Amino acid sequence: MSNTILEMRNISKTFPGVKALQDVSISIEEGSVHAICGENGAGKSTLMKVLSGVYPHGSFEGEIVLNGEPVEFRSINDSEAAGIVIIHQELALSPYLSIAENIYLGNERERGGWIDWNETNLEAGKLLARVGLHDNPITKIKDIGVGKQQLVEIAKALSKEVKILILDEPTAALNDDDSAHLLDLIRQLQSHGITSIIISHKLNEIKAIADRVTIIRDGRTIETLEMRGDGASEDRIIKGMVGRDVASRFPDHVPHIGEELLRIEDWTVHHPLDRSRKVVDGANLNVRAGEIVGIAGLMGAGRTELAMSVFGRSYGVDISGQVYKRGEPISVNTVSKAIEHGIAYSTEDRKHYGLNLIDNIQRNISIAALDKLVDWLKFVNEHKERIVAEGYRKTMNIKTPNVSTLTGKLSGGNQQKVVLSKWMYADPDVLILDEPTRGIDVGAKYEIYTIIDRLADAGKGIIVISSELPELLGICDRIYTLSEGRITADVPREKATAEYLMQFMTQEREKTTE
Amino acid sequence: MKPLTNAVSYLTGQLRQIGLFIALIVIVLFFQITTAGITLAPINVTNLIVQNSYILILAVGMVMIIIAGHIDLSVGSVVAFIGAMAGVMISQWHLPWPLAVVFCLVLGALVGAWQGYWVAYFGIPAFIVTLAGMLVFRGAAQIALGNQQISFFPKEFRSIGSGFLPAFGTSGYEPLTLILGLLAAAAIVATSVRQRLVRRKYDLEDEPLWWFILKLLFLVALVLTVTLLLASYNGTPIVLIILGVLVVGYTAVMNRSVFGRHIYAIGGNLAAAALSGVKTKRVTFLLFINMGVISAIAGLVFTAGLNLASPSAGNGFELDAISAVFIGGAAVTGGIGTVPGAIIGGLIIGVLNNGMSILGVDSDYQQLIKGLVLLAAVAFDVFNKRRSVGS
Repeated sequence: MSNTILEMRNISKTFPGVKALQDVSISIEEGSVHAICGENGAGKSTLMKVLSGVYPHGSFEGEIVLNGEPVEFRSINDSEAAGIVIIHQELALSPYLSIAENIYLGNERERGGWIDWNETNLEAGKLLARVGLHDNPITKIKDIGVGKQQLVEIAKALSKEVKILILDEPTAALNDDDSAHLLDLIRQLQSHGITSIIISHKLNEIKAIADRVTIIRDGRTIETLEMRGDGASEDRIIKGMVGRDVASRFPDHVPHIGEELLRIEDWTVHHPLDRSRKVVDGANLNVRAGEIVGIAGLMGAGRTELAMSVFGRSYGVDISGQVYKRGEPISVNTVSKAIEHGIAYSTEDRKHYGLNLIDNIQRNISIAALDKLVDWLKFVNEHKERIVAEGYRKTMNIKTPNVSTLTGKLSGGNQQKVVLSKWMYADPDVLILDEPTRGIDVGAKYEIYTIIDRLADAGKGIIVISSELPELLGICDRIYTLSEGRITADVPREKATAEYLMQFMTQEREKTTE
Repeated sequence: MKPLTNAVSYLTGQLRQIGLFIALIVIVLFFQITTAGITLAPINVTNLIVQNSYILILAVGMVMIIIAGHIDLSVGSVVAFIGAMAGVMISQWHLPWPLAVVFCLVLGALVGAWQGYWVAYFGIPAFIVTLAGMLVFRGAAQIALGNQQISFFPKEFRSIGSGFLPAFGTSGYEPLTLILGLLAAAAIVATSVRQRLVRRKYDLEDEPLWWFILKLLFLVALVLTVTLLLASYNGTPIVLIILGVLVVGYTAVMNRSVFGRHIYAIGGNLAAAALSGVKTKRVTFLLFINMGVISAIAGLVFTAGLNLASPSAGNGFELDAISAVFIGGAAVTGGIGTVPGAIIGGLIIGVLNNGMSILGVDSDYQQLIKGLVLLAAVAFDVFNKRRSVGS
């Protein structure tokens, strides 16, 4: 049996009006990979903030025992001094500083008050080698991809002599390759005796890497499952997270497919900063009424770029190609034209592109279709607006007392429902949903799928972009694969398997010599 | 005790709204006592309105700009430029004054269009564009006037800034002002009651009845008090009518029009607004045209009030207008703010200026105190926000 390196005993944390954590206990074995699972809002992040000293000793009840000694962290500095480092979901790197500068930010290699650049860059280089990154330490952060940035964060943690590494949703923004690399790295660190605590929504990853998993629900520890050997199945974990058996993660749905609604022909988009680069290259696709069409592609394949360029040229330059609506050529040069032609795009990044977080639910729902609510003076009828919004709150099951709540205060799943409500009220014929369930917990995902099915049954054409293949396989009638900006296959539901799709998603451009 | 605790918790929720109002009242009462009653004397109330009118007018336009996440540093210079052009048109080109007023408003729109173009379509931050505008239009005012001052405007033009509605009756309370005041009070009661009835009909009412009645009584009392004070002096200043129309009109625009909604959406999240079909560039462009026209109105009122077009007119007005907006609860990052808030903010500054002048406070200290008030108001806001996030 290995030693227990860390124990958190009977942790309770109360925010005004809310009990975020109640009597949570967890014990971590030295040198293990320990996953923490739970729905959004279950209290995972709060627990990690307690552990890392973000919430100082005294602001919560219970005790933290490290190597058998009770500890009292008053700040992040205290926890880092004890070898506990947390890497947040949103990376905390400064884009215009170099890799080396970021690694030693706040912990500079100095001599007599002056930075020793040779030592900084030399030591940073050694740390980078440990995480398998071969870039020059003087490269600026903005010039490397998210996957590499994640590795820089880990290198930074290593520079602090980390013993327990906490990773909050480390692969949420990574593609499959980078995720695989990161998981390898965690295993490698494990072999060097570093303990990792991982918060993740991705059950297949937990299955792949974790030794044990602790499930938290509604601020309480539910259970800790052994994952080594045969261990617990994904469905078993889901059951613990939602507190019920999930018969199926996807609702049953029988499609009723009608006429063609939207066709995109020979669509080519160039990169805004590098006009010679084709981000989307001669893409052809269509969607019919009542049909749910998926777009599968690895990160960087051009999925979001394709969708946003079609939606009012919101991305890219030198765009060519033609869009047809019910067989008629249409112009989608601006967002308002696209909306007029019955196209809607729900973004993958709700907080930055989807919602006005400092305004309420009501006004967020109506913003794309205010014209439906105005009188002859172009004044909005707020009463009607409120009734509309209340209607969506009820039918979409947005969990809040009324529609005056600011959207910034809602959970991810509820925010997504507000975004969907906005587009449902605009009543488009074709909805492009970009990562509709990103950052949403399992229970809410099922609700979102049900809403998508309902929209399809109402005769709308749905295009779903997702980086989770099981999701596309679970809900789509047909799936396009996208690789390097080109549509590489059009796969009907019957033929679609993860392996089959992956083959086309990774298909490389044939080298032409012209 | 239950209803009382409910009432207290409801009021705490409304603290942001009423806090500002209470602050204004406290400041007024403070000066009323320390100046031995001069502050609320009829002549001083009239002066307060007339002397602060152009700042309040500018604040109406400025709050819209700030809600959209921009800023306009050029308004003081635009005031000078428009005043100068009004002077040139009337006294050198001998245009009839109403025509000159129309031309000045068009000129204001052009100034706004010029700045709006660079901000909206060229993508230069408003801070830079209007900083440049501050220099450009100050220079333009000096060039137009040839560094001279123009005085002696026609009487009718002067009345825009310093005139009163025609007075009936010779002594005591002026009847037209009383009638207007009563009409305003009646309009407030009628719209409030109608709104409440509609909300009740749709079952959307969440304001307690006692609070509704209290607020209404207070507003009516306020309007009638000001009416009586004005009526016992010279009657209704014409600028008050201009200001009233602007405040009521723009409050409605910001609360209920599509244009207003789009401004809040742009300030709250520009990218999300664009992806929701809001024509963000056009809205920004129109917003600056609007600010140009409002600056022109302020410029006309100011020039008419002083009977003087001077190249140094309007110096520092932009800072007073911006202070008014932030004291009135607008957010530096955009998306938050109201027209009535900006007006109350402007009144707080105005009452401070007026009261301290009556008390004979040194102008150096006046600056210092105004600076601290601005800081305190925003600090209160930040504190309030932090508290509401915590709960």
